[in-house]
Amino acid sequence: MLASVTTADDTSSELTLVVNGTAHRLRLDHRTTLLDALREHLGLTGTKKGCDHGQCGACTVLVGGRRVNSCLLLAVMTREAEVTTIEGLAGPDGGLHPLQAAFVERDALQCGYCTPGQICSATAMLGEAAAGWPSAASASVTGPIVLDPPEIRERMSGNLCRCGAYVNILAAITDVAGEAR
Amino acid sequence: MRPFGYLTPGDPAAAIAAVTGRTGAAFLAGGTNLVDLMKLGVAAPDLLVDVTGLLPDRIEPTAAGGLRIGAGVRNSDLAADPRVRAGYPVLARAVLAGASGQLRNMATVGGNLLQRTRCLYFQDVTKPCNKRDPGSGCPARAGDHRNLAILGGSPHCVATHPSDMAVALAALDAVAHVEGPAGPRVIPLGGLYRLPGDAPDRETTLERGDLITGVEIPPLACARNSAYRKVRDRASYAFAVVSVAAALDVADGRVRDARLAIGAVAPVPWRARAAERVLAGRPATAEWFGRAADAELAAAVPLPDNAFKVILARNVIVRMLCELAGAGS
Repeated sequence: MLASVTTADDTSSELTLVVNGTAHRLRLDHRTTLLDALREHLGLTGTKKGCDHGQCGACTVLVGGRRVNSCLLLAVMTREAEVTTIEGLAGPDGGLHPLQAAFVERDALQCGYCTPGQICSATAMLGEAAAGWPSAASASVTGPIVLDPPEIRERMSGNLCRCGAYVNILAAITDVAGEAR
Repeated sequence: MRPFGYLTPGDPAAAIAAVTGRTGAAFLAGGTNLVDLMKLGVAAPDLLVDVTGLLPDRIEPTAAGGLRIGAGVRNSDLAADPRVRAGYPVLARAVLAGASGQLRNMATVGGNLLQRTRCLYFQDVTKPCNKRDPGSGCPARAGDHRNLAILGGSPHCVATHPSDMAVALAALDAVAHVEGPAGPRVIPLGGLYRLPGDAPDRETTLERGDLITGVEIPPLACARNSAYRKVRDRASYAFAVVSVAAALDVADGRVRDARLAIGAVAPVPWRARAAERVLAGRPATAEWFGRAADAELAAAVPLPDNAFKVILARNVIVRMLCELAGAGS
């Protein structure tokens, strides 16, 4: 739904955010990022604030199915899109998303702070690869995509893990990428 | 962050009018750079005019055989486009070399062109900076300038332009389509950016209210044999130390056509025309590629901590042209 009509002097807007299938009507100061709207206004604290400058990926969510840094998106910019957070990835019966299960199986975390961002990012990344999008690690920008470790590392480079759990993160994503094939 | 208004006009004319009529207004596209600068206090608009809903967001073939890329096309869609990947691999490679998957999904083509420098002094409001605060001085020459310019700088500013995409577009002779208070016009990419001189705060030739609506790349046979190489401090997700966009057409061992641009060495995406002039018609050999690089880099005025960029740029240029010559005969 569109934001209510504002004038150039209004510093807040009333808008509807659709998050994990549920519509929320909110009045938000324009300065509110999608990240802060999710955490502070909707109580969805699964999405984490790391650097708050688009450099670490902890805040990664899906908007319209695409992965984005929610810390650099103003909430008012996402008023017409479907937002999916880590809370929305599990099945309706609470069953884990395949990537969540793989992260558990492979012990792909230590402190866990980057994990929601890693999993949301990987979810969309697998879709990008399946759609044939090349990456900087691809030998050819016109050839088929094979998600080998260099490809996965490059495609996940926007998600930092300060504990250094990369080895097991790579293994978890590789497991799911293999199942998808 | 300063409170601000937010508008979503229905068409470019209304957006242009909204920004033209208010000194503190700014266009907002993907927001990956502007929102960050607002958090840092470097930018403090009092009105954001969101143009994401009204900018062209498609890539279409032109009658001439090139491509017209809407300014609202997201970086990820540009790099994924089959026509870009096949016809202009240097452009796909440059976009993929920049930022992260998340940021490329947000960032637009128009916004990418107008990114602000990543010079540390520009981004730190506690420091002087002639670009951010005209006349306040530039600590970079005597301070941290390892990543800054070796070409095109001035005593007032040695900041570098951060875009990868723009380096490829410079090599490809792209033009920007602009609408503004004075009507529509077409600006070659080389004419879009200004060297800092004594006014580093004026980075482009755009006037208040001018809106980039698209970028057009001409048909270019040599672009099929093109590449982008980015040297950086990390393997991924870092700004360039030096980057090179190159396209090369070789026939009978001689250069028939060559396009070359260098990134992260100047305040603008640096089209290497002196090098191109040396290459024209010359043997496609490492020796001549080196002479071409030297001709371009003769104008370099490095600072103590970035003199390595001269050698680095030369080496990258020679290596890339050798590779393109091997693959493209």
